[in-house]
Amino acid sequence: MANNTAPTGTPLIDMRNISIAFGGIRAVDDASIDLFPGEVVALLGHNGAGKSTLIKILSGAYKRDAGQIFVNGEEASISNPRDAKKYGIETIYQTLALADNVDAAANLFLGRELMTGWGTLDDVAMEAEARKVMGRLNPRFQRFKEPVIKLSGGQRQSVAIARAILFNARILIMDEPTAALGPQETAQVGELVRQLKADGIGIFLISHDIHDVFELADRVCVMKNGQVVGTARTSDVTQDEVLGMIILGKCPPGAIPGPGALKIAA
Amino acid sequence: MTDTTSGQPADTARASELGAVARFLKATELDTRMLGMVGALLVIWVGIHILSGGLFLTPRNLWNLSVQTSSVAIMATGMVLVIVMRNIDLSVGSVEGVIGMVMGVAQAEFLIRVIGFQVGNPWIWIIALAAGVVLGLAIGALQGFIIAYLEVPAFIVTLGGLLIWRGMAWLMTSGRTVAPLDTTFQLMGGGPRGSIGATASWIVGGLACLAVAFMLLNGRSQRKRFKFPLRPVWAESLLGVVACAAILGAVWVANSYPWPIGIVRQYAQRNGITVPDGGLFIAHGIAIPVLMAVTVGIVMTFITRRTRFGRYVFAIGGNPEAAELAGINTRWVTMKVFMIMGVLAAISAAIASARLNASTNALGTLDELLVIAAAVIGGTSLAGGSGTVLGAMLGALLMQSLQSGMVLLGIDSPLQSIVVGAVLVVAVWLDTVYRKRV
Repeated sequence: MANNTAPTGTPLIDMRNISIAFGGIRAVDDASIDLFPGEVVALLGHNGAGKSTLIKILSGAYKRDAGQIFVNGEEASISNPRDAKKYGIETIYQTLALADNVDAAANLFLGRELMTGWGTLDDVAMEAEARKVMGRLNPRFQRFKEPVIKLSGGQRQSVAIARAILFNARILIMDEPTAALGPQETAQVGELVRQLKADGIGIFLISHDIHDVFELADRVCVMKNGQVVGTARTSDVTQDEVLGMIILGKCPPGAIPGPGALKIAA
Repeated sequence: MTDTTSGQPADTARASELGAVARFLKATELDTRMLGMVGALLVIWVGIHILSGGLFLTPRNLWNLSVQTSSVAIMATGMVLVIVMRNIDLSVGSVEGVIGMVMGVAQAEFLIRVIGFQVGNPWIWIIALAAGVVLGLAIGALQGFIIAYLEVPAFIVTLGGLLIWRGMAWLMTSGRTVAPLDTTFQLMGGGPRGSIGATASWIVGGLACLAVAFMLLNGRSQRKRFKFPLRPVWAESLLGVVACAAILGAVWVANSYPWPIGIVRQYAQRNGITVPDGGLFIAHGIAIPVLMAVTVGIVMTFITRRTRFGRYVFAIGGNPEAAELAGINTRWVTMKVFMIMGVLAAISAAIASARLNASTNALGTLDELLVIAAAVIGGTSLAGGSGTVLGAMLGALLMQSLQSGMVLLGIDSPLQSIVVGAVLVVAVWLDTVYRKRV
């Protein structure tokens, strides 16, 4: 996507004027962000800038105080993780959010178990599905019978990713997907992101690694103190300009300023 | 499918490097911790048998042991779920007490004097038992609601319950003991009449063996359906044979314990049978409370292993936040676990009061500690997330074996408490060591 115009058509996700406060602190303050099919939008900002909180509102983990969410142009009511999954929104959390004491298949299907005709868990079918999807992500993975706590960091990560893509997600949220990984596994995740993108899935990517972001993302959205500083195509801005947005809140000419942009020029 | 074919050679290569014992364990997929518990149980049994001069491993003692274990074992199966979810229930003994009292008053006084049922009316025991179960469900729902939705810690809620329900049990009759109970209700307490006899016991044992065979075959065909690695045939057969031998052995023991002479004489007189010179051998067979406990064990194992609810209980215990994010309604699951615990306390109350043939306000005192100890000795981790129903029932059997063994050996009761306490601590320490090494 080398052209400079904004993507046209209906956005997959359109979050408008979202706010949430915890006690007296406005963790997210009037933030708006959108995402188009086949697009990767990176969310950047300091720790505590509000990116994880914003994304947890989309995934249903937090309930927003104000604002609207549109999925495919229609207003969506998302008040818990089950609602979000109904709209095809899947999340890979920073903490991975795995139940450590059960095996990979049980984690993949947690909350959406396959049942037999008798209304009991169909463990064999779930394991077969798990073998299929894990074979795609991590072909050497064999430890299907062990609780995930015994797996390595990379293996746990691939379980978390497998869970997100297993149910044909249309929107994928990746919160620091490579934080716990070595270089080879990071490259694997990058490859996966490109593959999913080609399938027309929209991805929100939260990351601290600005190189990763420029390599994978089509647009960046920078947050500071709960507000959106600005949104830009990665082709329109330099890495230094994006760092300036993160650190100073200064919006460069190539970006569309948000409510959090530093107001000296005006 | 590529991974199964590439996985098998790797597995066999690894297996050849293992020792004979490890190979055996791998082939049979047996849980080593469970084997350890069975081993410990056998050591205790044989030890006490020798020390007591051959009094312990007799049909009579083993039969009594099975009946004495039932009530605690039933509640321990529910405590496993409670502890797996990182909660605790200190109120089960008191809940058992108040439910025993309600069932006692219902059958011995209320239904007869107020409603006007004839003594011996078959509805009496059914209504009394149903009232107990409903009350257990209600108490569990109340405590579970406060824990799950009002977010008061389970320790506090059930500590309050421990005092409240015991007080209620006393208030019901101002401390008076209610007796005797309905004759049908009494069957749940065991005894010569509360056992199913030799023929029925063999039938139950035979059906259980068929069930074992069916489960092994079914598991195998399921694995075949998806081309998963199978257990070797010898391992499957060995498991089946050992399980059936254990079941039939238990039936044989229960069938080797005859009715006492006095009861045989009464029975003979009533039925017009002449007692031959050598006496008449009428076997007890499996006691009804034991059958109830085994049924509860099977149902609870099914719930934990094969239902969505059971899967959620374990997932919540492993990582509550992850379970919530996966869309599980953790509060409702918590409340349901306490409701199950309440129903199990009601079943235990029925067995315990039927055994006494009386309802006293002290029924079940300190049972909460035995139940928690049984679950923990049985491998349930207080950190949450792991535990098995079978382990907890074995734990209950182990505790009861120690206690009644010490009675046989004539050990004073203060010393008994010391031994049981020490065993609890040592067992959990061993378990901690085991978990670190595996």
